[in-house]
Amino acid sequence: MTELLAQSIGATRVFGHIAAVSDVDLQVAPGEVVGLLGANGAGKTTLIRMLLGLLPPSAGEVRLFGQLPSLATRRRLGYVPQGLGLYDDLTPRENMSFAAAAFGGAGGERGAPGRHRPRPAGLAKRGVPGGQRPRFPGLAKRRAPGGRLPGLAPLPPGLESMSKITVGRLPLGVQRRIAFAQALAHRPDLLVLDEPTSGVDPLAGARLWETIGDAAAAGAGVLVTTHHMDEAQECERLVVMAEGRVVAEGDVAAIVGSARVTVVETPDWSGAFEAIERAGSAAALVGRTLRVPAASPEEVKRMVGAVPARVYEAAATLEERFLQLTLPAAGAGAGAGGGAGQAH
Amino acid sequence: MTRPGGAPDRVPAGAPDGVPAGLPGGVPDGVSPTWGVRGLTVWFGAHAALRDVTLEVPAGQVTGVVGGDGAGKTTLLRILAGAAAPDAGEVRRPPAEQTGYLAASSGTYPDLSVDENLAFAAAGYGMPGKLAAARASQLLERTGLAAARQRLAGKLSGGMRQKLGVVRAMLHRPRLLVLDEPTTGVDPVSRADLWWLIARAAAEGAAVVLTTTYIDEAERAASVLVLEDGDALAQGKPEEIIASVPGTIKISPERLRGDAARRAWRRAGTWRVWVPPGYDGGADGTAGGEGAADCVTPDLQDAVIVAALARELWAGEPS
Repeated sequence: MTELLAQSIGATRVFGHIAAVSDVDLQVAPGEVVGLLGANGAGKTTLIRMLLGLLPPSAGEVRLFGQLPSLATRRRLGYVPQGLGLYDDLTPRENMSFAAAAFGGAGGERGAPGRHRPRPAGLAKRGVPGGQRPRFPGLAKRRAPGGRLPGLAPLPPGLESMSKITVGRLPLGVQRRIAFAQALAHRPDLLVLDEPTSGVDPLAGARLWETIGDAAAAGAGVLVTTHHMDEAQECERLVVMAEGRVVAEGDVAAIVGSARVTVVETPDWSGAFEAIERAGSAAALVGRTLRVPAASPEEVKRMVGAVPARVYEAAATLEERFLQLTLPAAGAGAGAGGGAGQAH
Repeated sequence: MTRPGGAPDRVPAGAPDGVPAGLPGGVPDGVSPTWGVRGLTVWFGAHAALRDVTLEVPAGQVTGVVGGDGAGKTTLLRILAGAAAPDAGEVRRPPAEQTGYLAASSGTYPDLSVDENLAFAAAGYGMPGKLAAARASQLLERTGLAAARQRLAGKLSGGMRQKLGVVRAMLHRPRLLVLDEPTTGVDPVSRADLWWLIARAAAEGAAVVLTTTYIDEAERAASVLVLEDGDALAQGKPEEIIASVPGTIKISPERLRGDAARRAWRRAGTWRVWVPPGYDGGADGTAGGEGAADCVTPDLQDAVIVAALARELWAGEPS
């Protein structure tokens, strides 16, 4: 049986009278990229904070590497927050050295522990002794084949020329690569990434996903939180949260399932848009077509009346399905038209 | 409209408006002027923020500008909004009072309430108070902000603040609505509300231009300009950009090695590799094969990646 890297079992967290997270089961296994989706307030951040050991659950349990979260388990984690967590006034090299020191050394250097940098005092006693920490068989091949300075991971390829520029002055795409390199430098077993490719162009984004995929192929588990379906589609498995609970789980096809929307093609899209609004439903504009998530083609035909239009049913996109799962049944007034209340 | 220099390599921005096949008619408001820029160049010192960029922003539709951080999106929108001037090129835009602009750094006053922000904007636009209040109510109600009207803008969530910013920018029914990253940092529910506002403004006849860093969002626009390092990497309707992909795209379950690795990228757990037209480097097994089983129909994301790869690989080569 594969050991789970991160696991919550019926995890619940209550703030006052409000359950931010209710009875959530989540697992991340080695080698898997799991996407966690949810609107603001759905409980994603609270769940992650529990998994990282920053917040104790009110009920249920969380396990990191099979143990209760602690400083020792935290050292096996790599975390890239959306703000990247880099020091703007340090160079890429200085940032990475600093992180390496904080994590008690980069990976692959355990033969020469602490040779060139002091171990932070708080970690010295509680850290797992060098070379003793449990590892998964698949992880061994991630160690660099020697020839690397102990404790100092290399800068990502192509960034050497920027090694003397402070991070705050570098383009965002470069900053993201540095943040990734920094998070991966200590060869974490579990990577937690928040919108890992936000703000970069598609090619740079694809290259970042390659790095994430490589870490997973080498045995790390990856947990990605995102608001963007482009990113969600790069994950092997998705967990969708709404109002503190898991409301859907599986790959993209499983989550979209048989959800349908009604498409309206018309030369007078604005007329059709207004007509659908007046009828109390809601249409989303995509190019020059309208997509109506909460009404059948027959209903939409009645709504648009005299407006010449081709009206047909089509499979919902992941984003449309997400909104159906997230918006309460009464929310027909919201955004791209909730109202398609039935979640399953 | 032709590009300066007559470069034929891109889809012209002024392609006819798309009407579904087999349906009569055209854009209802066919006489509306088209705003936009032509041959726009902007220098920041020795660095060109924009190089010879042409973009039409027609009335009654959404035009998307997509690119990564530093691509030139904000510079272009500042010029369209009249907040900056180009070093070279033409700008066609309506007078300031007929323009609505949401800057990237939120166009709201944190120490004023939602209502005060909108009343202040309405006064600035010279709108009658009653008319402004009625329109504000309708837009706030529809986007879930009605309960927050007395709250200070500085106390709103990111999504609510962005919605307020867009409502403020479109309150006076501008003919040109310029929105710089209206959905950045917001969740999908707020994004849906923001897109409702955007569609609403376009349905009222405004020419809407917006920026985003996400391709799937840009794909919701009727036409798209992809910027990279100040250059137009691709432009046109999404389907035109997709149709103009040179060569073929193949799918591979495994990571590609050698020369092909430079033309490959990861999508949803598999690799895609671009085979340029006429490419015969059979050694890496990626040559030819139009119509072969492992060819994929590209989407806009693939098309933009190929354009970026072509730019990267063909840089410096005579075209």
